[in-house]
Amino acid sequence: MKFSEEWLRELVNPAIDTDALVAQITMAGLEVDEVVPVAGAFSGVIVGEILTAEPHPNADKLQVCIVSDGHEQHQVVCGAPNARAGLKTSFAKVGAVLPGDFKIKKAKLRQVESFGMLCAEDELGLSQDHGGIMELAADAPVGHCLRDYLRLNDKIIDVDLTPNRGDCLSITGLAREVGVLNKVGVTFVEPVPVEPVIKDAFAVVLEAKAACPRYVGRVIRRINPQAESPLWMVEKLRRAGIRSIDPVVDVTNYVLLELGQPMHAFDLAKLSGSILVREAQDGEKLTLLDGQEVELKAGTLLITDEQGPLAMAGIMGGEGSSVTSETRDIFLESAFFAPLAIAGRARAYGLHTDSSHRFERGVDWRLQRTAIERATELLLEIVGGEPGPVTEVKSEEHLPEVARIRLRHARVNQLLAFDMPAAEIEEILTRLGLQLSECEAGVWDVAVPSYRFDIEIEVDLIEELARVYGYNNLPVKTPMAALPIKPIVESRVETRSMRRTLVALGYQEAITYSFIEAGLAQQFDDQYDAIVLANPISAEMAVMRTSLWPGLAKALQYNQNRQQDRVRLFETGQRFLPRGGELVQENVIAGVVAGSREPEGWTGKAQKVDFYDLKGHVESLLALGGAAQQYSVASASHVALHPGQSAAIKRDGKVVGYMGALHPNLVKSLDLDGPVYLFELKLETLADGRLPRFSELSKFPESRRDLALIVDEKMPFDTLRTVALKEGGEYLKEVTLFDVYQGQGIEAGRKSLAIGLTWQHPSRTLNDEEINGTIQSVVGALKSEFGATLRE
Amino acid sequence: MENIEPLLAQGIAAVEQAASTQDLDQVRVQYLGKKGHLTQLLKGLGQLSAEERPQAGARINEAKQALQDVLNARKDELEGAALNAKLAAETIDVTLPGRGQALGGLHPVTKTLERIEAFFANIGYSVAEGPEIEDDYHNFEALNIPAHHPARAMHDTFYFDAHTLLRTHTSPVQIRTLEEQKPPVRIICPGRVYRCDYDQTHSPMFHQVEGLLVDKNISFADLKGTLEQFLREFFEEDVKVRFRPSYFPFTEPSIEVDIDRGDGKWLEVLGCGMVHPKVFASVGIDPEEYTGFAFGMGVERLAMLRYGVNDLRLFFENDLRFLGQFN
Repeated sequence: MKFSEEWLRELVNPAIDTDALVAQITMAGLEVDEVVPVAGAFSGVIVGEILTAEPHPNADKLQVCIVSDGHEQHQVVCGAPNARAGLKTSFAKVGAVLPGDFKIKKAKLRQVESFGMLCAEDELGLSQDHGGIMELAADAPVGHCLRDYLRLNDKIIDVDLTPNRGDCLSITGLAREVGVLNKVGVTFVEPVPVEPVIKDAFAVVLEAKAACPRYVGRVIRRINPQAESPLWMVEKLRRAGIRSIDPVVDVTNYVLLELGQPMHAFDLAKLSGSILVREAQDGEKLTLLDGQEVELKAGTLLITDEQGPLAMAGIMGGEGSSVTSETRDIFLESAFFAPLAIAGRARAYGLHTDSSHRFERGVDWRLQRTAIERATELLLEIVGGEPGPVTEVKSEEHLPEVARIRLRHARVNQLLAFDMPAAEIEEILTRLGLQLSECEAGVWDVAVPSYRFDIEIEVDLIEELARVYGYNNLPVKTPMAALPIKPIVESRVETRSMRRTLVALGYQEAITYSFIEAGLAQQFDDQYDAIVLANPISAEMAVMRTSLWPGLAKALQYNQNRQQDRVRLFETGQRFLPRGGELVQENVIAGVVAGSREPEGWTGKAQKVDFYDLKGHVESLLALGGAAQQYSVASASHVALHPGQSAAIKRDGKVVGYMGALHPNLVKSLDLDGPVYLFELKLETLADGRLPRFSELSKFPESRRDLALIVDEKMPFDTLRTVALKEGGEYLKEVTLFDVYQGQGIEAGRKSLAIGLTWQHPSRTLNDEEINGTIQSVVGALKSEFGATLRE
Repeated sequence: MENIEPLLAQGIAAVEQAASTQDLDQVRVQYLGKKGHLTQLLKGLGQLSAEERPQAGARINEAKQALQDVLNARKDELEGAALNAKLAAETIDVTLPGRGQALGGLHPVTKTLERIEAFFANIGYSVAEGPEIEDDYHNFEALNIPAHHPARAMHDTFYFDAHTLLRTHTSPVQIRTLEEQKPPVRIICPGRVYRCDYDQTHSPMFHQVEGLLVDKNISFADLKGTLEQFLREFFEEDVKVRFRPSYFPFTEPSIEVDIDRGDGKWLEVLGCGMVHPKVFASVGIDPEEYTGFAFGMGVERLAMLRYGVNDLRLFFENDLRFLGQFN
């Protein structure tokens, strides 16, 4: 909320400067966003009157004006189209200084001399308006200093109020707060009830009583449609960011700012029958003040008459019943709408108004009569007219109640860790407008005023005490607590170790968005239909990822487009899998690799990474928990992967991840520089490791035999390894692959695998016969089952 | 025996002329070998008288020893030279770059998260995590933000349907933890959060760390102390910290914390407050018996302040030239 500092000081004027005031209210929880002077820095500008305005002899768009400063006449060349005889405007005489240190000097414009300048609002830093020179009121005193006349030595303070402080959405509320903080008195606006001159009243019926428990109205007839809003009011409104429209609307806006009561004025001539406050039915239509026609939804609170909807209650009036320059008789509305009846409604129609903003947060439910009296008083002053009696319709049972809260002194002290004197407590709360009575020793019964919707329970009062006392004046402690030792599961692999393992392998950690483009999600996953956001920011961020691969592939693309050819990225995070009716959100760790195996260097020719580099990285991760033996890898198909270079990673037979080369089609469609390799593994599986278990070391020597076996080229090594382990006897400790060969000497379609077999017995040395025996059974099994032959 | 001295002199000269260990070995054989010149002299001792024999024998042995010493010295000299030549030939350019993988690095958000986690782990907090796709109840209702509460406008929420949404803060993890665990509770909840807002200073996804301490007799002073210390240690500076009243529906009193790093400007760094009794009520904790505090901080914001990053969007572009700066 923006407001004029001068206006505030009319109500409460502590002996502190603007900076101190701003700091003070910020530290009381009313955060000041900005303080700007109401006008730029200028001097020597006065109220001038244009006596004559004649066309410039040498320029079509210029006029030569004779301007009076009250004593003398000055010739001024002016380009504004609204410069005309009789207009009172801002006049910068020769010697004046405008914002930006712009000095006004005698000048010659197309051979005509000009002594000074007539100014538009933007040229004086009053607004952005450059529509023409300023149009001052007809009674503006010619020759008077403009700064003084418009009271421009004022500042606009913009305070960003939190939703709980609806009570501060008015000058009165802010003044009350400033009064409390400075312990100084506040001059509250207390209008004297205006005696009715006429008997006319307009009937009001409340149907939606819970939503509108109080409706105050008044008829005023025969207002002067020619009247204009006074300068002081226009300026106060302007400084609060509200444009002057006409005196009636200005008065309702003024009361809104002054007291915090949103009001509305209807053109009485356009109302028929009586006012009925009710909820809308689906499909009813209303054309709002801003000209847009809306189709109403059931549940929207309406002000209606016999003809239908007049206004969206507490949000915006309708065009049809609004006050215009023709209006002679008006009907003023000052109502209390319950916050819950307004909350969310404006937003549902894409609206947000000064009125809805206040009703949503809570308007003082006792303020309506005061507000209508204040508005009447102001209207009579400005547009005259004959007021009727105030009509008030209310539903007592639906009005809020005065909250009564028990406040325990001991609880205050406990929560603030500080012994706050009772006198201080009473002083603060009383100034805030609360009524205290001590109902038992150390306990007060507190009555909450009708403008504080945010105070409901004891701790709300304690907050007020802390806030006014000053959060920074309260003590500071370090919490004391029992500190039992927290369990550490030793077999568990922390995510941080996984991250560091990949970092050691040259990976850079990435963080990609959890929502991705729908089409991309499908290209990487044909198993799950990604769940769709109802209100995405863009099509690129529309569905929840079912894999981290699309995001990583895009990150790879981003980097390759920026001349980064060697890329290793990994990410940890949740993926979102709709599995049947259930949503599985699980953490995974995934990576992408492309480019050369090693950073560019001098030691050898750069080689591109291949599947086995990736597999090595994955194996490092699998080994972290010490349970590498529980994992296996088997070729498997995946929509995003190259069909010949893709594998499922299994643990105890269950798939826990995939790895492989990105499918060449995807490499192409994403315009990547391939080949690209990817892996993704369930984090929870990796985290679940094994506790080390000692086994006795053998004191006897190992025996190793190397074999070269020729097998079908399609036979997986893993099959050979499994057979070797099975047939190699119980003392076979290890099977190592040390060469894979195809080519000369090996017939086409077959390959040679060279393996080393290592045996060791725990309690004796194995002899050659035993070892040769097991070799024969290994070779025999491979021969008979897979047609393997020994390479000569 | 008069030719001992010339023989020795010849031998020494031969040793000195030897250019290699092989040459030297030949000299050794020539003079000291079984048939060597000096060894031969010993064989002539028999022709001498018994009186002359010991003296002559001693002189021959002295000469042999003398030659052996010279020979050994020369051998050391030659071997040393050979080693030096070998080493010189093996000299490499130690300024050539090393071979193998270059180290990668952690994302600055992770670095910051891990650092925050470490501070709180040291004072007894555990890490708790929760789902990112949340229900309305845990993200709003249980945190005292009923439907249509104006505070919901402060959270531009991504929805899937009327009840399912992307969590707007990590506070629902508070609720999920308190539903399971009775006080005392000390947790921090790091993770991704989402707001439907995208410009230079807003990202639709960012990271938060939520902290919660619930115990008997926890006061406003404990909250102040914890966060003041944390911020000083996090920045490793004696930052000025101020506590400013604010509003969050799930805490009462509510506080924004600002820091001043010495340039006189206050920067908002986190929000916090004492747990609202209605939040305790929603998880069945007696607010008379227990009190607590909660705080929430934006990880990107802290990382930006700490490392001097000036554009929030850089965190999610994953540009290696950016990421590499934090290695």
